[in-house]
Amino acid sequence: MAKSTSSDAQMLIRSLRTAYAATPTNLKIIDLYVVYAIVTAVIQVVYMGIVGSFPFNSFLSGVLSCVGTTVLAVCLRIQVNKENKEFKDLPPERAFADFVLCNLVLHLVIMNFLG
Amino acid sequence: MARNLRHLGFLALICASLSISGAAVIRPINDAHRSAALEIFVPTDGSFGSLEEAYEALRTFQILGVEKSPEISHATCPVVVEKLGSSSFIPKDLFHALRVNSILGCQIDSRTFEDVASKLQAVIKDANSLLDFHYAVGGLLHIKDYGINVALLDTDGTFHSIKALSQSDGRWRYDSNSAESSTYAAGIALETLAGVVSLADKEVDQSKIGIVEHDIVKLFDSIKSYDDDTLYFDEKHIDASEYKGPLTTSASVVRGVTAFAEVASGRLNIPSDKMLGLAKFFLSIGIPGSTKDLFNQIESLSCLENNRVSIPLILSLPSMVFSLTTRDQLKVEVTTVLGSAAPPLTVSLVQAFRSDSKDTPVMENQELQFDSENTIHYLDIIPLKLDVGKYKLMFEISLHDPENINTYATGGHTSVMAFITGSIKIDKAEIGIFDSDPGNSETLQKLDLSRDSTLSLAANHLQKLHLSFHLTTPLGHHFKPHQVFLKLRHETNVEHIFVMESSARQFKIVLDFLGLVEKIYYLSGKYEIELTVGDAAMENSFLQALGHIELDLPEPPEKAARPPPLPVDPYSRFGPKQEIAHIFRSAERRPPKELSLAFLALTFLPFVGFLIGLMRLGVNLKSFPSSAVPAAFSTLFHAGIAAALLLYVLFWLKLDLFTTLKVLGFLGVFLVFVGHRTLSHHASATAKLKSS
Repeated sequence: MAKSTSSDAQMLIRSLRTAYAATPTNLKIIDLYVVYAIVTAVIQVVYMGIVGSFPFNSFLSGVLSCVGTTVLAVCLRIQVNKENKEFKDLPPERAFADFVLCNLVLHLVIMNFLG
Repeated sequence: MARNLRHLGFLALICASLSISGAAVIRPINDAHRSAALEIFVPTDGSFGSLEEAYEALRTFQILGVEKSPEISHATCPVVVEKLGSSSFIPKDLFHALRVNSILGCQIDSRTFEDVASKLQAVIKDANSLLDFHYAVGGLLHIKDYGINVALLDTDGTFHSIKALSQSDGRWRYDSNSAESSTYAAGIALETLAGVVSLADKEVDQSKIGIVEHDIVKLFDSIKSYDDDTLYFDEKHIDASEYKGPLTTSASVVRGVTAFAEVASGRLNIPSDKMLGLAKFFLSIGIPGSTKDLFNQIESLSCLENNRVSIPLILSLPSMVFSLTTRDQLKVEVTTVLGSAAPPLTVSLVQAFRSDSKDTPVMENQELQFDSENTIHYLDIIPLKLDVGKYKLMFEISLHDPENINTYATGGHTSVMAFITGSIKIDKAEIGIFDSDPGNSETLQKLDLSRDSTLSLAANHLQKLHLSFHLTTPLGHHFKPHQVFLKLRHETNVEHIFVMESSARQFKIVLDFLGLVEKIYYLSGKYEIELTVGDAAMENSFLQALGHIELDLPEPPEKAARPPPLPVDPYSRFGPKQEIAHIFRSAERRPPKELSLAFLALTFLPFVGFLIGLMRLGVNLKSFPSSAVPAAFSTLFHAGIAAALLLYVLFWLKLDLFTTLKVLGFLGVFLVFVGHRTLSHHASATAKLKSS
């Protein structure tokens, strides 16, 4: 039974990998960006866990910057994905322009709150 | 200590004598008024502000006989000349200028006077208010003194116009429009009417003068009085904006009545008591503090000094305290209000009452002898056998010349309070400690209370302290002073005061410690004993320390009262206060620097990982436009984004939000423009690629 579960898991992972390899490159870039932002957020949380949350506004600002940009990247990925029928008529450049603009606003607020 | 108390005793005596029976001591005008006048009327560089104030000051100095400084003439005369020479028609200014000139005697030629006279006569012709009449008539009176012929054009008409403003109760209105009448205005009106009569070229109808005399009598019906026989005038309706006070009102009435009495050929029917009462009112003020009050007081008294109704004679005592020890004489002065000599008269002491037996006089009908050198009436009090104490003396003045009775107001019986003091003998003083049961009595020690003693007594709570002495007046009677206190003071400065009772010709106190133990808060120890005996009529009041007594008292029970806390030095609150220890929030624990730097490096690691990942994915710049213009726009687009991020870094480092937003505004517009171009070019390129 264990052997079948482990082999099932291995088969699952292999199929996910092959499926993922089929995604277009630009979506992979966005995924990579999301992973990068999440890892940065995690490192910040670990740091806060070690030293305490004294300048709490700084911690929040750092973490929310990562989380915010993750969210915006996810939105971009949704809008740019060709297989998504909902956003068929939206040109990807427009989505990218929104992404850039929202990030600029987000980072302005973050920098203000950083202190 | 005893000598200080004696000085205090005299001071208290003088203060007591000044406040006897709540009435002010009445003394005629003396040097105190002269020096007060010099202090109150102080010119600034020789001038007094206005001509009215200058007149007040100069007239006061003139009446009191005070030398005025020549600077006043130098500063005031030019103002007077200017006012009289100017073509202005304000009667008030001309009136004040003429009044000041009559005292200063500035150099003014008769042409100016004639001009002013004609102006004033024109004012009288057209005037309809009392004050205008007053100023014009008064001005003409002063001009008449310079020998210029001023005659009123229509005496009867003027008299009638002024008289028309009078009311039935003897008061006057200011003009025919005002409804309220005023006593102050009555005084002004009477003065003006007197002026009109003296300016008249022919004899004024006597019946008119008789009517005014009748008005004056009516006016005097409204006179008011204080408790101490002083009489004054005041307004019936008090109008807050123009209230002048009893002094100003009475002064105005006195001025008016005495001026009118001068011109009336007969005698005014005013009882002499009322003139005396008014004189006492002005004198009872003492020395007023303001210029107007002092002027009103002095001028009214000067009017009363020589008036034709009756001249008040003031009976006063230079000193209220007579000492039996120094064999003083009772001295009485009788003068006019300004201190001039009175006509020949005799003063007699009608009755004398002790303050504690107000019904039976201790003495009657003593005539005072006259010392013509010092113009003082005196009486030796030693032969009168009066004992020490407070007395009420009643005097009567009898004039020698029977014709003077109508000219002078002597005022019946005048009562004055006085003190007779003497040295009190204190003897037969004994002190001792008794046991409770009467069988066992210690002998009493004799005490000499004329000086401090140093007794050393000891008692416990079962014993009693006994103190007794006799007080005798110089005439041998038993004396009961105001204050007879025995004070016990503990080492810790807790004090207890006991009043000694008088019985059967001696003062005695028995301190039963058994009963007093609670009152003394059960404090055992050494107590200082002090005896205080004092009275206003006693010249040798004393506070003697008698020594000390060791008291042995039992322990206080649980519920006994604690001794009162000692008084804190009232100035200690101005000393430095306790240092305040501030409690600061403890600083947050910061991480060590190395740890922070390590994590800073760690934070950049994911970025490195991102770049590596991008390379692994095969990121390329193939879509970057090759032709010039779109390439430029793309470059600008990327540069704009980089600039924005740089701006954010600068914002964090040193800029403020406003500057950042301002720059961001420009940058944003630029980015939007450039981005739009770039992205639309990219979109069209992609669409072309797709279609092809």
